[in-house]
Amino acid sequence: MSLLSKIRETVLCLKAGRVTLPYPAEPRPVPPRFRGRPIFDAAKCIGCAGCANNCPAREILVHDVCQELRIIQYLGRRCTFCGRCADVCPEKAVTMSHDFETATNAIADLSQRLELFMSTCQRCGRCFPEPSPLERLKLKGYRFDDVASERWIFHSKGYLDAESTVADIRIDLD
Amino acid sequence: MIKQLCRKMFRKSLWVYHANSGGCNGCDIEVLNVLTPYYDAERFGIKLVGSPRHADVMLCQGPAMRPTAAALRRAYEAMPEPKLVFAIGSCACGGGIWHDSYNVLGPVEKVIPVNYYIPGCPPRPEAILYGVALALGLVEKKMCPVTLQRRRLPIPRYHPESLVGTGIEIVYKDAEKV
Ligand code: SF4
Ligand code: SF4
Ligand code: SF4
Repeated sequence: MSLLSKIRETVLCLKAGRVTLPYPAEPRPVPPRFRGRPIFDAAKCIGCAGCANNCPAREILVHDVCQELRIIQYLGRRCTFCGRCADVCPEKAVTMSHDFETATNAIADLSQRLELFMSTCQRCGRCFPEPSPLERLKLKGYRFDDVASERWIFHSKGYLDAESTVADIRIDLD
Repeated sequence: MIKQLCRKMFRKSLWVYHANSGGCNGCDIEVLNVLTPYYDAERFGIKLVGSPRHADVMLCQGPAMRPTAAALRRAYEAMPEPKLVFAIGSCACGGGIWHDSYNVLGPVEKVIPVNYYIPGCPPRPEAILYGVALALGLVEKKMCPVTLQRRRLPIPRYHPESLVGTGIEIVYKDAEKV
């Protein structure tokens, strides 16, 4: 009886074949919705610190070194890869990568640091990014609009030339 | 340097001791997952032992807590030299999301020296295997600190007379006007 069960066990084991993954030798892809390390993009970040305020691990530090330079520092050491920073970022400057091979022997290797140039508000004297969120809201009548002939600029990098075009009017409907 | 030391000191099998000093058990499950036939850490000679006195490597999970810090320290001291410590999970690496709780001291680094860090909450079993392979010198490290700078010239925001259209963008004729 016991011999029979041993034989049965052997047959079962042989039938299963090899299940061990050849992992470190061969790459192992992650599931598509896997959240790995967040990656910060300095070109898109406007320095609003929304990510820092929403991080449950208080992992993102924001400090202004001077009037014009804001440092956003992601430490990486107690990040739980929850994806809230990517969720709240209004500019989609944070992406949750598929990066999981983050083991290291120096914890500072995981940090990411953004140095952002910020303009100074002429009224309140505090720094804000350029183009400002106000510009992004495309407020009517803000700054260089041609109020006299009722033409508005809806893009912070746009400008008006001498003659009005049909395109101006079309944007105005917005 | 640590890698060379590892190769020299730990040429034979690594016996690991699994210490949880107050984690949520998520990382423990992933560590045990690594020892299953599917991931099979035993092909690297890794064996889980029940006592720190038999172990070469300590796998730490969970932050250093007020009640467990002394026990963690004692377990570390009980391990024979040479010894390695792996901090597995965000809790052990940096205190985790409870880093500011009343009874959390912080990362295990505050109590015992740590050689390797495997962040994640919990890390994938593959990530733990990768960390072990890194310590054994089988793979290369992929991480390095990143600094991204985005600097621009101060912009004469309230001097529209210095703006010139080029067709696509505004050009600032004299930037030092601010
Ligand atoms: S993924 Fe979560 S824990 Fe990590 S930085 Fe973003 S918000 Fe913080
Ligand atoms: S990364 Fe996104 S949320 Fe964080 S400061 Fe930059 S723009 Fe704001
Ligand atoms: S790192 Fe995350 S999964 Fe691991 S013990 Fe801490 S809270 Fe739990």
